[in-house]
Amino acid sequence: MPAVSMTVNGKPVTADVDPRTLLVQFLREELRLTGTHVGCDTSQCGACVVHVNGRAIKSCTVFALQLEGAKVATIEGLANGDQLHPMQEAFRDNHGLQCGFCTPGMIMAAVDIVNRKGHDLDEHTIRSELEGNLCRCTGYHNIVKAIAAGARAMGSGAAVTQKAAE
Amino acid sequence: MSATGIGATVRRKEDQRFITGKGHYTADVNRAGQTHACFVRSPHAHARIKGIDATAASKMPGVVAVLTGADLAVDKLGNLICGWMIHSKDGSAMKMAPHPALAQTKACHVGDPVAVVIAETLAQAKDAAEKVQVDYEVLPAVADPAQAQSAGAAQIHEVAPKNTIYQWQLGDKGKTDAAFQSAAHVTKLDIVNNRLVPNAIEPRAAIGEYDSGTGHFTLWNTTQNPHVARLVIAAFIGMAPEHKLRVIAPDVGGGFGSKIFIYPEEVVALWASKRVGRPVKWVAERVESFLSDAHGRDHVTHAEMAFDRDGKVVGLRARTIANLGAYMSTFSSSVPTYLYATLLSGQYNIPNIYCEVDAVYTNTVPVDAYRGAGRPEATFVVERLVEVAARELSIDPAELRKRNFIHQFPHQTPVILAYDAGDYNASLKKALELADYKGFAKRKRESARDGKLRGIGLSAYIEACGLAPSQAAGSLGAGVGLWESAEVRVNPTGSVEVLTGSHSHGQGHETTFAQLVSERLGIAIDNVSIVHGDTDIVQFGMGTYGSRSGAVGMSAIVKALDKVEAKAKKVASHLLEAAEGDIVFKDGKFTVAGTDRSVPWGDVALNAYTAHKFSGQELEPGLKETSFYDPTNFTFPAGCHVCEVEIDPDTGETEIVNWTAVDDFGVLVNPMIVEGQVHGGITQGVGQALLERAIYDKDGQLVTGSFMDYCMPRAHDVPSFKVGVTVTKCPSNPLGIKGCGEAGAIAAPAAVINAITDAIGSEQIAMPATPQAVWTAIQRGNATRKAAE
Ligand code: FES
Ligand code: FES
Repeated sequence: MPAVSMTVNGKPVTADVDPRTLLVQFLREELRLTGTHVGCDTSQCGACVVHVNGRAIKSCTVFALQLEGAKVATIEGLANGDQLHPMQEAFRDNHGLQCGFCTPGMIMAAVDIVNRKGHDLDEHTIRSELEGNLCRCTGYHNIVKAIAAGARAMGSGAAVTQKAAE
Repeated sequence: MSATGIGATVRRKEDQRFITGKGHYTADVNRAGQTHACFVRSPHAHARIKGIDATAASKMPGVVAVLTGADLAVDKLGNLICGWMIHSKDGSAMKMAPHPALAQTKACHVGDPVAVVIAETLAQAKDAAEKVQVDYEVLPAVADPAQAQSAGAAQIHEVAPKNTIYQWQLGDKGKTDAAFQSAAHVTKLDIVNNRLVPNAIEPRAAIGEYDSGTGHFTLWNTTQNPHVARLVIAAFIGMAPEHKLRVIAPDVGGGFGSKIFIYPEEVVALWASKRVGRPVKWVAERVESFLSDAHGRDHVTHAEMAFDRDGKVVGLRARTIANLGAYMSTFSSSVPTYLYATLLSGQYNIPNIYCEVDAVYTNTVPVDAYRGAGRPEATFVVERLVEVAARELSIDPAELRKRNFIHQFPHQTPVILAYDAGDYNASLKKALELADYKGFAKRKRESARDGKLRGIGLSAYIEACGLAPSQAAGSLGAGVGLWESAEVRVNPTGSVEVLTGSHSHGQGHETTFAQLVSERLGIAIDNVSIVHGDTDIVQFGMGTYGSRSGAVGMSAIVKALDKVEAKAKKVASHLLEAAEGDIVFKDGKFTVAGTDRSVPWGDVALNAYTAHKFSGQELEPGLKETSFYDPTNFTFPAGCHVCEVEIDPDTGETEIVNWTAVDDFGVLVNPMIVEGQVHGGITQGVGQALLERAIYDKDGQLVTGSFMDYCMPRAHDVPSFKVGVTVTKCPSNPLGIKGCGEAGAIAAPAAVINAITDAIGSEQIAMPATPQAVWTAIQRGNATRKAAE
């Protein structure tokens, strides 16, 4: 089996993988980082969103082998030790989650939206940017609120934390 | 109210693990030496299994075993069952066909599991599953419930001639027909309540493990009710006696009903773990969710509502065909009967109601309870009829509703239920205010200026939750009791664990239940933990569905807390050397009435365990109490939702521009969590009204079998919601709670369709009201108008 090396949440990892191993399988099964979830088989739910070299991707759409040398960040690497990332805090403060299954993907997608669209996000922007993420529990209302609040918080001093995590 | 007590908006205790990726779902569980299962599923809707050749599959790399229905028969495992007995009009019992966990003689729907491959890795299991040769003789199939009973339709199960499971009725036919005879106006509607796929974002999963040393089985499972799963797997499947079977439901990623039921895959994972002597793990792929999770709704109904000259409803009658799919799922029989026809009185004083329901088999995935279960179907019938009648009678829809509201409680409907409390006028009034109903005409004119059609629709729903009491449910055919249990364990240091038979899969029980305990005992909410979802730890319980956990589950905790307090007072009386009757417990302190002598909670807890201040003859040491609480009645959450839409007549696209929900859930434990439940429910209801439909073609192929062709509501499909409440306390449980989990899904579809039909001036629109359907209805309306001119 071919080997692949990448950095996951700041730690270098190397492993032999079956060539058809998806990144999400590599994270969940090889590295036991089970915070990244699988909610579909057609790349439509976004439960598997992680960051690769600073951009959000659906980890069910790439093979682990394609990511030689990449920097991967998962939900487990978002907080700075005990200090939560402002987007994580915002999801809790705004009740942006119920069952929690879509949540890691939502939070990773949300951070990416802020990275691309800035800190002052209106409802329309957030809703259309969320088109790749499904949630069956919350009706999105509080997720939208959480992302707006998290975006603002990332714009204030708390943003330093986020940089540190990446 | 304390900062963390009943009624406080407390941030959820469970969130820390979910936002940091430390949630622990069934798919995250890995057992030493585990193998992986891949099911071989029927590609045909209806086919005789003439033979299964597993020779090639067995030789594939990594394969541990290939098992079929024949192996299941050798081990004499029982069938899956439906646990609610319904009798037909003629007194005969419902026709429950055998449902083996792996099909034995024939496959009855696309996705019906016929074999399972167990292998070292999932990839190997999948590869080998492709090599299992099943010799099918394809049979004619029927998927449309309206066709299932017709003469030429494929016959699915021998026990059920004409695919008819039961022909049930409720209400007085003679009196209702008489009321229609003398009515001044009758409104009639044909309604299809579209078939839905629950699609919790976490797919179902199961891990079975067998310990040959002790003969114990353990099942990790995505279930809403682990004890009921254990009971069924022990008593009906006969896998192992209950005391040798442990069911663990770790974090569960949403259920909406679909994870109540006992499914073939978990039974097979358990059984196979003994067969192969190693743990067996199965995680559904989304396509398997579509092909094997119980679907929801799927009713075909003709309904009529009769009015007198004053616009008072004098009667309602409905005839419904309910599709139960290929097999009777765990609670399927109760959904189109006691959870549906009993709600046909809505919020209205209707003297005569009669409903007939035929439940039928089709070659489709089994249908069972999905968020609301029967009650959304009933609300849709009632609220569409009222709305259409208002238009026919030229009475304002709000006014027509008001004219018929029930005002006196308790109110006995003609369809079993006795509503205990409510104020339907109050929720209607508040909803109309919040929605600026008065300003609608102006907004409609403004939309018209932009070339858009604007419509407004109401839905004044009622539901019956916290299904109870057990005696009554039993007399209606329920196979289980519908109480709930709680054990409150006080530790020597004063912290508390509550073991509850309820199960949380997003509802936030770890927070709301702790709020109750924190307030009652005067201790910090962080000193309370809520334990659920493990049959080896928690006493028997009934799980979570039907918005029952607040009303029933928390009430059980109240009863256990009563006992804890009573015992703690005894301990305090020894510490304070005072008569037990003189001890008052308040704010976490035990005080001798009329004095300043007191002991704090923690001291009493410690002394209950040290037992130094009383003898064993006077008082047993320890502080731990259990309660099994059986409510006195259902609860009746009700409210009014107002949906406002704007439609582009050129594209038929509907945009929901305003949504107002005013609900009466009785006492709220945590308003933030309640609002979240409402948001989620509405969105599922909007999904049903605008986007979602499970479509079978005539051969029984599920055409909408993935997220690519089954349209799930996304963030841009819904607006932000205005949510308000009115409160009438529920008199049927100690906390006055009614339940909030299903309301949105129950109210929403009728509100949307009422708004759309208002906008386009046509009642002929089926769910989901896709742009194409709306555009077509507009064109049809234009054509009719032209013809009339
Ligand atoms: S699992 Fe990747 S998008 Fe659904
Ligand atoms: S919180 Fe359950 S799917 Fe989003």
